[in-house]
Amino acid sequence: MTKLTLGPIAYHWSAERRRDFYARIADEAPVDEVYLGEVICSKRAPFHEADLPATIERLERAGKTVILSSLAEVMLRRERKATEDLAAMDSPEIEINNAAGLYARGKRAHRIGPFMNAYNEATIAWTAGQGATHVCLPGELPAQSIAVAAQAARGLGLGVEVQVFGRASLAVSARCYHARAHGRTKDNCQFVCEEDDDGMPLRTTDDRPILRVNGIQTQSESYVDLLPEIGQLAQHGVTHLRLMPQDVDMVAVAELFRAVADKNQALDEAEARMRQLCGDVPFSNGFYHGTAGYRRIASAAAG
Amino acid sequence: MSLAELICPAGTPAALRTAVDAGADAVYCGFQDATNARNFPGLNFTPDEMQAAVAYAHAKGTNVLLALNTYPPAGQVDLWRQAADAGARFGVDAFIVADMGVADYIARTHPQVRLHLSVQAAASSPEAIRYYCENFGVKRVVLPRILTIPEIRQIRTEIPCEIETFIFGNHGLMVEGRCSLTNYLTGQSTNMDGVCSPASDVQYQRHENGSMSSQLAGFTIDCFGAEEKAGYPTICKGRYTAPHRKEGYYAFEEPVSLNLSRLLPELIDAGVHAFKIEGRQRSKSYVRGVVTAFRKAVDDIRAGRPADMADLVALTEGQKQTQGAFETKKWR
Repeated sequence: MTKLTLGPIAYHWSAERRRDFYARIADEAPVDEVYLGEVICSKRAPFHEADLPATIERLERAGKTVILSSLAEVMLRRERKATEDLAAMDSPEIEINNAAGLYARGKRAHRIGPFMNAYNEATIAWTAGQGATHVCLPGELPAQSIAVAAQAARGLGLGVEVQVFGRASLAVSARCYHARAHGRTKDNCQFVCEEDDDGMPLRTTDDRPILRVNGIQTQSESYVDLLPEIGQLAQHGVTHLRLMPQDVDMVAVAELFRAVADKNQALDEAEARMRQLCGDVPFSNGFYHGTAGYRRIASAAAG
Repeated sequence: MSLAELICPAGTPAALRTAVDAGADAVYCGFQDATNARNFPGLNFTPDEMQAAVAYAHAKGTNVLLALNTYPPAGQVDLWRQAADAGARFGVDAFIVADMGVADYIARTHPQVRLHLSVQAAASSPEAIRYYCENFGVKRVVLPRILTIPEIRQIRTEIPCEIETFIFGNHGLMVEGRCSLTNYLTGQSTNMDGVCSPASDVQYQRHENGSMSSQLAGFTIDCFGAEEKAGYPTICKGRYTAPHRKEGYYAFEEPVSLNLSRLLPELIDAGVHAFKIEGRQRSKSYVRGVVTAFRKAVDDIRAGRPADMADLVALTEGQKQTQGAFETKKWR
C-alpha cells in the first residue's frame, strides 16, 4: 500500500503553531511518516528544536514513523555542526539534503532528500551502495523518468518518494530574499519570514502571481497537486507520497489523498473538495507531465 | 603562491581558438546536447570539432576541460556516459561533473582523466567537497559564488583538492544545480536540459508609452523606460512586486555582472588555484578582450607589478558590476 508522508515544514511557523500542528497530525491525519526539522534556514532552528523530542514522542506514540531532515544549504559553521550532529544520531531515521550530511553519515543507513538531486538510476545505485534506504526524487522529474528511477530504486530495495502536494521548491540561495524585501541582510533579518506562513508572494510588474519567497528558498506560486496522478505513481513503483505542509487544513488534505489512494472516494469529488480547501491558490502538475511546472494538465486518468 | 590558472569559456570552436591564442591556461567547453549547462542553440561542439579543438589547444599548451555538468534524468544516462567516453578518447584533460552517477561512472571507467567538481554540484562546505574527493577522486572544486574570501581561505585548509572560483561574468544568484525556476515557467530544465531562460521563450514587448517589457514564456520579468536599455529576462534578475514592495524591486538581485578583478591578489593569496571566466555564450571579441586583459592582470600580479583592470570594468554588461559575496557577507 502506498504510504503517505508529511514533509518538513518549510516556513518559519512559530513554536506554538508547530506544537498545535503536530498534535493534530498525530491525532487525526492519516499519514504514515512525518519528516521533522529545519531544512531551509539554520537561524530558525533554535526557535523550535527544543520541542523536537516531545514532538517525536507524540508522533511515534500515534504510530507515525518520524524522520529528521537535514539542512539543504550547509556553509556556515553552525550549519556544518547541525548537519554533523544530525548525522551522528542513531534514531530516529534521518533524511539528508546536502553532501556534507552524506560525508558525515558515511555508510550508515539514511534517506536521500529531495535537495540531493537523485535524478537517475546511476545516482540512486551509487547512494544505495553508500547506505541509502530511501530516496525522495527531485520535484521537477517528469513521469517517464520517475518510472525508470522508481524501478531502479525498488530493485535495490529502496523506498521511493515523490511530492504530490504543496508548493514546489524551485531554488535555494545563500542570500535571504525575505530579508532583502525588507531592506535587511540575512545576518540582520529579525526573522521577518515569520510573517508569511505560506511564503511571501511575488507578482510580476503587470500583477500576475508568479513565485513565493521563503527565506533563502524560492517556491512555486502554485501548489503541486498530483491527486489525479497518484494511481499512475503507484503503478510506476512509487512507494511514498509526500505532502508538504501549507497554510491549509493539512489533515483534510491527507484524508483526501488517503481516500483516493484507497479508492474510497471518487477523484472528481476529491478534487472539488481540494479546491475548496486551498482557496485561490492555483494547482499545478506541469513538472510531472514534462511541461512548464506552473501548468495544470488535465490527466487522462482524471476522468 | 598558487599557479593562478586562467580558465576560459569556449562556446564554439572559433571562441576556443581565440581563448587559446589570447593566453588561456585552460578552456572549458561542451557537446551540442543536454550534457552541459550551456545547451544553447548555435553553441558547443560536435564530436569532430571537439577532437580538433583538443588537438589545437594541446599544440599550444592549453588544457581542455569538458563540461558534463548537468543531471541526467532517469532513462537517459547513456548520453552522459557516451559523452564521457568520447571526451576520454579525444584526450580531454578533465571532466567537469555534478551528478554522482556520472562522477562514479567516470571514476570507474576513465580513472586516468581528472575530475573537477562543477559549481552545479553546489559543494559549499569542506565536508561536501571531501565527499566528492574521497568517493570519486575529484581533483578540483569549482566553488559556488556565495563565499567570502576569508571563507575560501578557510576551506582551502580543510580540503585535499584545488579550488577554482569564478571571477568574471554572469553573477549566479541561486545555488547552482538546485534551481528549477526556468523549468517552472518554460518546461525546459536547467539541471536536466542545460537550459536557463531559453531564447526561444523570450519576447520583448513595446508599450504605447514607449516603455518595453521583457518576458519569458509570457511572464513579464522586467520593464524598462523608453530611454533604458532592455535587459535579458532571467528570472532571478527580474523585477517583481511584494506586499511590502508595491513599487516593484529586484527581489533577488539587480542585473549586474560579477567582476572580481580588484580582488585577484587576495584570491591568489587565499590559495585559489584557478580563475574561471564565465561566458560560453559570449562572442569571440568578448572572449578575446576579457581573456587578454585577465592574462595581463594575472601575469602582472604574479610578477609583483600593479595590475590595471580599467579595460575589464568597461566590458561588464550595462557597466553595473558587483563583487557579490566575495567582498562581504552583507551581500547575503
